[in-house]
Amino acid sequence: MKNFKRITALASLLALTLAVSACGKQGSTDETAEAENTGDQKAVVYRTLDEIKESGTINIGVFSDKNPFGYVDENGEYQGYDVYFANRIGEDMGVEVNFVSTEAANRIEYLQTGKVDIILANFTVTEERAEEVDFALPYMNVALGVISPDSNVVQSLDNWSADDEMIVISGTTAEKYLIETYPDIPLQKYDSYATAKNALENGNGVAWANDNTEVIAFALQNKGYTVGIPSLGSQDTIAPAVSKGNETLLNWINDEIKALGEEQFFHANYEATLVDTYGLEFQESLVVEGGQVQ
Amino acid sequence: MLDLGLEVLSKGNNMLRLLGGLWVALKISLLSVGISIALGILLGALMTWKNPVTKAILRVYLEFIRIMPQLVLLFLVYFGTTKAFGWDLTGEMAAIIVFVLWGTAEMSDLVRGALISIPRHQYESSEALGLTREQIYFYIIIPQALRRLIPLSINLITRMIKTTSLILMIGVVEILKVAQQIIEANRMSSPNAAFGIYLTVFILYFIACWPISMIAKHLERKWR
Repeated sequence: MKNFKRITALASLLALTLAVSACGKQGSTDETAEAENTGDQKAVVYRTLDEIKESGTINIGVFSDKNPFGYVDENGEYQGYDVYFANRIGEDMGVEVNFVSTEAANRIEYLQTGKVDIILANFTVTEERAEEVDFALPYMNVALGVISPDSNVVQSLDNWSADDEMIVISGTTAEKYLIETYPDIPLQKYDSYATAKNALENGNGVAWANDNTEVIAFALQNKGYTVGIPSLGSQDTIAPAVSKGNETLLNWINDEIKALGEEQFFHANYEATLVDTYGLEFQESLVVEGGQVQ
Repeated sequence: MLDLGLEVLSKGNNMLRLLGGLWVALKISLLSVGISIALGILLGALMTWKNPVTKAILRVYLEFIRIMPQLVLLFLVYFGTTKAFGWDLTGEMAAIIVFVLWGTAEMSDLVRGALISIPRHQYESSEALGLTREQIYFYIIIPQALRRLIPLSINLITRMIKTTSLILMIGVVEILKVAQQIIEANRMSSPNAAFGIYLTVFILYFIACWPISMIAKHLERKWR
């Protein structure tokens, strides 16, 4: 009898927990559905351009630990390519910029809840993300790059010899791209940046494919290596993002990017923030001016 | 000598920034610990009641908090409340709410455990002496339970201080985030700075948690 009582107690507890969690789930899906359906009528999470101007402060989400795009210097000041642009936005809009430190994993949530007005955290434009947030015109290119020792620079992936192996880091876009586009190239996969770096230095593979910003920085820091292919595969772009539906702000940013193109603003930005890491020769392949991808 | 890249600490305000980050972490955790202990003792005492309704409610609350990873709770409170109710909580506020919810749940279970671990004959002997219910708790049970509670709650308190490393996910710049910022900002000039900075963070956490252990040890000895 005692056992029976215990079992029923346990079962009812379980049922209750399930019910609670089910309610929670249902509630949230209903709400998101509702928010999408009614759009503008329901509580709008974002602030329009006029509301931002009125408040005198714009909240911009940037990385605080991605040198040289968004980082904090030794005096506690935000610096970098993204931050340089953010400061110009604040200046031209006539408002103060309040920087919010974001992580790769929470950038979309920040926009969906209106806790920031713009994300300028090296945000690569993808189709999945474009369903959650609105992207403005791009201001930077990102692609893959291939680095190899000076003694045997790999400049093309065509006519690949089956004896040569390519170094990649597992789970990166480089790995995915090579498997899909060049299935004949044998890959040597490593789990981390450090092990892949060792493999290249020890000559385990003939070349290393990774994000082009990474390999370019590597070649500049380590003598004896050349980026034979600075831009490979699908050209992705990096763009500012705003909350879904925030048209006034989106239009303002697009106009701003176009206007800045006339004064070559992003070239100046590159020279101020990225030149130490990447050198001048990659300026044209990385910078997007006036929102026009070449 | 191993290059730990410690020179980056003397650059600009870096050391001050790390200490500021430690202060943010300690402020949030100690405030939450204080509230959690008070609420936890109250709920823990309620848990020992025979009333099935309060028992069931408290049980569900405890299990819910215990099962949920703290990171999920942080996201739920920081972003979820904005989506659902339109509340605009600051990161610090959301962190304190989550830490209080978590600390109270775990603390109440510790209190419950300490209370029921007092042998029955303690209650019965007190009743035989003619003490009232309040007197039994105040003079006999609580002093004994408190002593059993100390080592358990120290575990919880230090765990709460260390878990503040998660709040960087909701935009609160605490010691670990400052450390990452310093390491990344000097990635080119001092590639080894990660070792030195994390070592410094370790020492700072230790300095913050060690006095708590010492106080606990002292109390345990005093109340023996």
